[in-house]
Amino acid sequence: MANGVVAITEQRDGAFRKVSYEVVSEGRRIADALSCNLTAVVVGSGVEALAGEIQAFGADAVLVLDDPGLADYRTDAYANGVAAALAPHAPAVVVIGATAQGKDLAARLAARWDAGLAMDCTAVAVQGGAITCTRPMFGGKIFADVTIKGAPQVIALRPNVMPIQRVARSAVVETPPVQLGSVKTTVVEKQMDTGGKVELTEAEVIVSGGRGTGGNFGPLEELAAALGGAVGASRSAVDEGWRKHSDQVGQTGRVVSPALYIACGISGAIQHLAGMSTSKVIVAINKDAEAPIFAKADVGIVGDIFQVVPEISAAVRKIKS
Amino acid sequence: MDIVVLVKQVPDTESLVQIAGDGVSIKKEEIKWVMNPYDELAVEEALRIREAKGGSVTVVSVGPQKAQETIRTALAMGADKGLHVHDPLAEGSDALATAKLLAAAVKGLAFDLIICGQRGVDEDNYQVGAAVAEFLNIPQISLVNKAEVLDGRIRCHRVVEGGTVVVEAPLPALFTTQRGLNEPRYASLPGIMKAKKKPLEVKTVAELGLDPAAVGAAGRKVLIQALRLPPERKAVRMIRAETPAATAAELVRILHTEAKLI
Repeated sequence: MANGVVAITEQRDGAFRKVSYEVVSEGRRIADALSCNLTAVVVGSGVEALAGEIQAFGADAVLVLDDPGLADYRTDAYANGVAAALAPHAPAVVVIGATAQGKDLAARLAARWDAGLAMDCTAVAVQGGAITCTRPMFGGKIFADVTIKGAPQVIALRPNVMPIQRVARSAVVETPPVQLGSVKTTVVEKQMDTGGKVELTEAEVIVSGGRGTGGNFGPLEELAAALGGAVGASRSAVDEGWRKHSDQVGQTGRVVSPALYIACGISGAIQHLAGMSTSKVIVAINKDAEAPIFAKADVGIVGDIFQVVPEISAAVRKIKS
Repeated sequence: MDIVVLVKQVPDTESLVQIAGDGVSIKKEEIKWVMNPYDELAVEEALRIREAKGGSVTVVSVGPQKAQETIRTALAMGADKGLHVHDPLAEGSDALATAKLLAAAVKGLAFDLIICGQRGVDEDNYQVGAAVAEFLNIPQISLVNKAEVLDGRIRCHRVVEGGTVVVEAPLPALFTTQRGLNEPRYASLPGIMKAKKKPLEVKTVAELGLDPAAVGAAGRKVLIQALRLPPERKAVRMIRAETPAATAAELVRILHTEAKLI
């Protein structure tokens, strides 16, 4: 009989990514609703110290998979290691962050387990022991409420959505021998951004620019810096070559849910709106009062971004100092 | 190099998607159907590898009769042959069941490499590529924006949050596409004419040797209970002030004192 909730965390270079706290917090809420235990899984190399940190978010047990072969994420090594470690647990529910890593791992594990997977969920509700997950489809144009048949029910949670909750526990920490199995992939190089840039999907604030920037993202960068946020872009701005593909917000780009999304010179094509519609507060600044973006915004400003945005940066800096 | 590309027909991203009367599916009539944009990248990459290394490109899709349009589009771009898994028993498959159908179809083909989109922009499951790789017991690399075929291996640049990781896997392997991989070509008129004569095989669930209970609506593990529109936002509040400075001050006041975001 499948029992218990497992939350698979994600760390990079020995530090948890924010989504890990979200996943364990949500795992705790699901476990409470099902009256069962929550096991957090930590995977990596030299990560034993992380077990203590994650207890504070409500795990009853922490399973640490510590092996040099798990230093960098590789689908086969992680899937083999996690599947072997979880085999004796036979969990009813597995939650994981829907990040680049989490989506890849969740899909591989679900196939191995012949299990249903609800990807990129923005809400999880438990009623009478039954779990309903809400997930945006068509890039957020439609929301689906889904249930999963069988066990485990694999639920990947959209980053930046689930509230983080501290629930102090003293968890049992287990460090089982790691069974990597056959690993064929190798990581030959990592090219990571430096300089403490805020990652788009983790950012609390995103300042995004479109065609209206004419390619000048300087004032947007400045506002993002003042707000401690990240800079995004519309598809047209990326197609023009003004920004990298990884900055693109939209149905064919990144799907983001920051607390504050400031759209500058973005008209609001359906496929762009799809990528940011779950943002908590949306501010639109555009010269064209008829731009469709205003229909999806909470606060609108009709004006020249090159005049307004620097003033906003100045006002933000003033209020913060 | 024998390359298999997995493609799906999806609603155009500029389409307005509406919920059908049953409350659990979308209205299919007024939609413009296109090849999933991430699959276009996959077809293009396969063609470029074939042009450089020789070999063949086979396009595989699961879907209704209409999905053959998408296979024909890939053939018109330059793929060599198509395989269409078409069976009423396969209809209503979820991502896992679709992967079972695709894996069974690919098993009957000679292949060194499988390329597919990172996700379909319809259900956004991000699942089929990884599951096909699992069922075929081959390595997968997802979200790839640059791929190099080396001697018996593939080296892929995988885009992750905050950077790029270069991963290698021995062939046969599967990778999924990310924007930036290439600029897909358009099908030329001679290409479209040629595509009509290219081989396109159709297979049923029974011909793939799959248990009908494991696929289609019967095999779903993820059950859609309801579809709904995203919650509506309240009407936009326009800031109308005399100067850019006054406008900015009012916005920051709202964000600071009302929304408590600054």
